[in-house]
Amino acid sequence: MSSFIDYTINGLVIGNIYALLAVGLALIFGVANLINFAHGSVYTLGAYIGWAAITFLHTPLPATMGLVFVACAGVGVLIERIGLRPLQGRARIAPLLATIGISFVLDQIVQLVFSPNPRAVPNDLPDWRLNIGGGSIGALDLLIAAIGLVSAGLLFAFLRFTRLGFAVRATAQDREAAQQMGVDVDTVNSAVFAIASALGGLSGLLVGMYYNHIDPGMSFQATLKGIVAVVIGGVGNVPGAIVGSLMLGLIESYGIALFGTTYRNLFAFVLLIGFLLWLPNGLFGGRAVLSTEPLTGSFIAPSRPLRVPPWAVWALAGAAFALPLATGAPYLLQTLTNAWLAAMLALSLTLISGTTGQISFGQAGLLAIGGYASALLVIDLGAPTVVSIPVAGLIASALGTLLVFPAFRLRGHYIAIATLAIGEIVSLTILNWESLTGGAMGISGIPPISLLGQEIYSARAVYWLCLAVVVGLALLQTRLLSSHLGRTLRAVREDEIAARSYGIRIDRYKALAFAFGGFGAGVSGAIAAHLYSYINHQTFDSQLSLLALTMVILGGMGNVLGAILGAVALVGLPELFRVTAEYRILIYGIALLLLIRFRPQGLLGAV
Amino acid sequence: MGRLLDIQGLTRRFGGVTAVVSLDLHVDEGELVSVIGPNGAGKTTSFNLISGLDRADAGSIRFNGRAIERMRPEAIAALGLARTFQHGRVFANLSVEDNVLIGAHTRLRAARPGWPVFGPIAELALALLRPPAVAREDRALRAEVREILTLFGDRLSNRLDHPAYSLSYANRRRVEIARALALRPRLLLLDEPTAGMNPTETAEMQGLIASLKARGTTILLIEHKLEMVMQLSDRVYVLDDGAKIAEGSPHSVRNDPAVIEAYLGHSDLGGAEPAALETPTSGSRAWA
Repeated sequence: MSSFIDYTINGLVIGNIYALLAVGLALIFGVANLINFAHGSVYTLGAYIGWAAITFLHTPLPATMGLVFVACAGVGVLIERIGLRPLQGRARIAPLLATIGISFVLDQIVQLVFSPNPRAVPNDLPDWRLNIGGGSIGALDLLIAAIGLVSAGLLFAFLRFTRLGFAVRATAQDREAAQQMGVDVDTVNSAVFAIASALGGLSGLLVGMYYNHIDPGMSFQATLKGIVAVVIGGVGNVPGAIVGSLMLGLIESYGIALFGTTYRNLFAFVLLIGFLLWLPNGLFGGRAVLSTEPLTGSFIAPSRPLRVPPWAVWALAGAAFALPLATGAPYLLQTLTNAWLAAMLALSLTLISGTTGQISFGQAGLLAIGGYASALLVIDLGAPTVVSIPVAGLIASALGTLLVFPAFRLRGHYIAIATLAIGEIVSLTILNWESLTGGAMGISGIPPISLLGQEIYSARAVYWLCLAVVVGLALLQTRLLSSHLGRTLRAVREDEIAARSYGIRIDRYKALAFAFGGFGAGVSGAIAAHLYSYINHQTFDSQLSLLALTMVILGGMGNVLGAILGAVALVGLPELFRVTAEYRILIYGIALLLLIRFRPQGLLGAV
Repeated sequence: MGRLLDIQGLTRRFGGVTAVVSLDLHVDEGELVSVIGPNGAGKTTSFNLISGLDRADAGSIRFNGRAIERMRPEAIAALGLARTFQHGRVFANLSVEDNVLIGAHTRLRAARPGWPVFGPIAELALALLRPPAVAREDRALRAEVREILTLFGDRLSNRLDHPAYSLSYANRRRVEIARALALRPRLLLLDEPTAGMNPTETAEMQGLIASLKARGTTILLIEHKLEMVMQLSDRVYVLDDGAKIAEGSPHSVRNDPAVIEAYLGHSDLGGAEPAALETPTSGSRAWA
């Protein structure tokens, strides 16, 4: 009984922290129709600013909180200015991708300034605990609850009674009408980002104090938790977001009590998928989110793709095959091998997100399925790698398609969030299904690839193998695009209503795209597993999914050659120029931002 | 002459507004039937109900003898019903040729296999292996697309590989009609095919529709340009506020007092500026 109360209190406290995050996300969605993926980064930034103030300036708690509040509000204004304002009138997915770029940049700056090491956040709160009914409440619990209540109250008063709050509500209801009535929509956006980010930063500080632990890697999970809470409450619904957060906090807390800590995030994502599928408007409905307005997820700027003559393509491929003959430098070959593995992933994603218009943030989940499948087939069943790798591709294809199939009716941002959650669920299932996957220990001693009884481990042989697979997949994909499937998939991307009116069964073709793409991604994961000889549930994380999306945008959505080029550029070039790992993500983030702003059709043009 | 389309008691409500009120409408094979009425009369809503994009609250729709009011749009298309859209829904990033080829999707044997799971796999395999039969079908369809496009003179024929977004508005409407024709429809629904067209283009479109009719295509037409409706139609339905207020030959409708009261009363009969009735409500940006 006592532990039940403790878990309840814990759940409510965590829920309160989520609420500070989620309220901001909901506000931003309300006025800007945007899911702000940089929100978690602001939260992390807030935690670190607070830590620095306490550690170096020895500020008392109220001053620390004030500082975090003001600094994060400033960052929020900047995010709006860079990520949102220049992209007005673009495809709705553009600002969302921009916030992903911003989150890369912010996370990396935090890591560069404060080092990647976790920190402890000291607090000068009194050390007493209050006992109630067998459970206990500490000063910090009360503080968090108080901050949650006070900020909810202030926010309510702001929205209800101030002129600017009035403008915010008007903008949320009908942006264009508000604009015509003289509401300065830019100022509203700016104000909302400031408030949302200030609360997000505060949330980060409180989390740091609560767990006495902060690290730069915590932002992505924070964004995801915020999104889950917002979806539960009904996207864009501020009170709903608070209730959703408390629910999420409680469910997580009870879940941990029943199943253990490693299940914590699994609950959040299963909940997210459940809500997206069955209650897409959340518990409180609020706005009709899944409206009939054509919300295509596609990011295709009208453009003419660059025509690369076939002889040039073959010459490039020939040069790539001949490279190991000219140089045996293992470092160069290994780097390019990594680029080929990434290219397989990018090819698969460019078909799904570029050609078919289904933005996927969970593509790395397919790598994980492929990697584990091949490793387990070889280790547990003694299958030869020539069999296990293609079979792993088929398993990734089948399982991946099966997992996203229920999400096919979602559009635009929602399919992106669903794929993100599915990617996380794959990784968490691997973590928790210990009897099959070895759990957190991962799988070690995965044998190398062998072909015709010959083990392939020299840098040259591995390079050739991967390049050959890339070329093979690219040829297949080109052939697919030139068949009736190419135009059918693109029609699905362009206008689902018109496509259905001409007899195209949308689900069937989305499934075909995911199945074909899943095979390539699965093969990539399988080969990687055999090359690395060790994989765990974090080898293929969601950052890889976002990186793949950057490659695809860089090359030009849907562009086969572009996907390969994007992979070589983003994986190969930084390595060759010896950019240290810390700066690499920063470069990815900046590249993504610049692309979306200045060349949304990518280098070779979207197809 | 069989009854191709038979609608009875069709009703659709949006919240408190009843967009279509127990509408009875039929189209016989080979006929050209027009639906007219002021904006908001429920014309496009009826088209959406017939083509399966929207669900009726009550009533039945029979197409070629089959009940289709519960069918999905892709299945209805497969039965031979093609439609165009009021504001035009071409696939912007697809070429003219691909746009029209999509129209032939329901006839594509390469896309036929229908069994779950294995059907799509077979379709994928056929697309990748491309056996002679599939290649032949593809060539035949491409030839057919070129033939359809000759209906529009050289306006589209020399723009086969142009992406649709690069076309003029009128040309995009023409692509839509070409796409609909590629389905070889038993019934063609045209939703204001001349909206936004100038008088010359309108006359051209009227000529085209007349020639389609002469070839025996059954057509259900929504149109605001009354002169054109009067000249083309075998029969005319007049809707107002979701309800049918008159039907019959163009001549009888033209002289029906209820029609003059409800519709023609506040616009010129066959006036030169019917576009004024048809102000698109697309975005406020135009006035900002």
